[in-house]
Amino acid sequence: MEYVNTFIKAIFIENMIFAYFLGMCSYLAVSKTVKTAVGLGLAVIFVLGFTVPINYLLENYLMKAGALSWMGPDYAAIDLSFLSFIMFIAVVASFVQLVEMAVEKFAPALYASLGIFLPLIAVNCSILGGALFMQERQFSNVGMATVFAFGSGVGWLLAIVALAAIREKLRYSNVPPALRGLGITFIITGLMGMAFMSFMGISL
Amino acid sequence: MSTAVSEPTAKAKAPSEPMFSKKTMKLISDPFNDTNPITVQVLGICSALAITVQVKQAIVMALSVTVVTAASNLVLSLIRNYVPNRIRIIVQLVIVAALVILVDQTLKAFVYDVSKALSVFVGLIITNCIVMGRIEAFALANKPWPSFVDGIGNGLGYGAILVAVAVVRELLGSGKLLGFQIIPDAVYAAGYVNNGLMILPPMALITVGCIIWIQRSRNTKLIEAK
Repeated sequence: MEYVNTFIKAIFIENMIFAYFLGMCSYLAVSKTVKTAVGLGLAVIFVLGFTVPINYLLENYLMKAGALSWMGPDYAAIDLSFLSFIMFIAVVASFVQLVEMAVEKFAPALYASLGIFLPLIAVNCSILGGALFMQERQFSNVGMATVFAFGSGVGWLLAIVALAAIREKLRYSNVPPALRGLGITFIITGLMGMAFMSFMGISL
Repeated sequence: MSTAVSEPTAKAKAPSEPMFSKKTMKLISDPFNDTNPITVQVLGICSALAITVQVKQAIVMALSVTVVTAASNLVLSLIRNYVPNRIRIIVQLVIVAALVILVDQTLKAFVYDVSKALSVFVGLIITNCIVMGRIEAFALANKPWPSFVDGIGNGLGYGAILVAVAVVRELLGSGKLLGFQIIPDAVYAAGYVNNGLMILPPMALITVGCIIWIQRSRNTKLIEAK
């Protein structure tokens, strides 16, 4: 039950975009058509779902204060937590690189359709943000961290696909010139965020 | 990282040019309006929205980003001819991450409460698109000094928007600026109520949207083609 709660919470109540604004840059840049939005969203789910558990294990068995005690009592006093940023980003960057190579080799069709989105994900704040939130919230085991990661990814996909759909329709409306493009996108996202706020009352 | 709408076209300068030439000063002044990182280049939105509830946090964040952008631009510009193109992203990330760790530890040591309030967003400077965007777009093609100045300029341009949004949100949302009460008690007694919605995330987006609207109405060459 706890797993389901974490999953739902990560999708709706603590939505990456509407509650924390993570991954905003690619969210605004790649939401022009629904098709590309779905591609990027799936890639984010995939990368988040793998990097957060990896980072969780690294955090708990390598970097936390006392995490090295499995190597022997001499190592119990070591606290490497100040290195966590560099570790997380290295994991994310190398994982993205690996995935890119694997996809290129084994699924060229998928690679062609994802195109530039894969490398872009390395600098998508939502991936590193997922790792940092995982660190801040102290999940009890690696399963919870994985569920949280997938939930966050699904929430991100939901948000970007919704915005892309609205922007496709928006092309037919008459927006004031100075608000065209970026400005109206911000305001739409704000309104969508208000709609998502209605989930806040749900306590899980 | 998103596509930059317009890039300053400054090329590497001739060595005889003075340190604060007109071109260099332009690198500082442009990001405030014509090439503003947030409203024009669409870089670094995530943090701009999340930590603008209070002016104090916004100022600390703006300074941190300025320091990291300037320093990483400088370092990467110095080594730009020695880094192979294929591994440059990882090299950039590692250098930026090291700089952010320095900033994070400094904040924890001197302003612990702000550091707690900024929570994960200090770490997220690493993936802040401004840092990576300016390295890719400017530092890799220019000499160290202009790159450093470009980093400062973009950091400050980012900070200007951040502080503007934070002023609006803190003033309307809690009637304070920098923690001091601005709206007098008499106004509250007359029935004025703080707008609680301003504190919540969606209003940050709408405030930035309005700032873009105002800026583009005054600076019409930024208006996007239909």
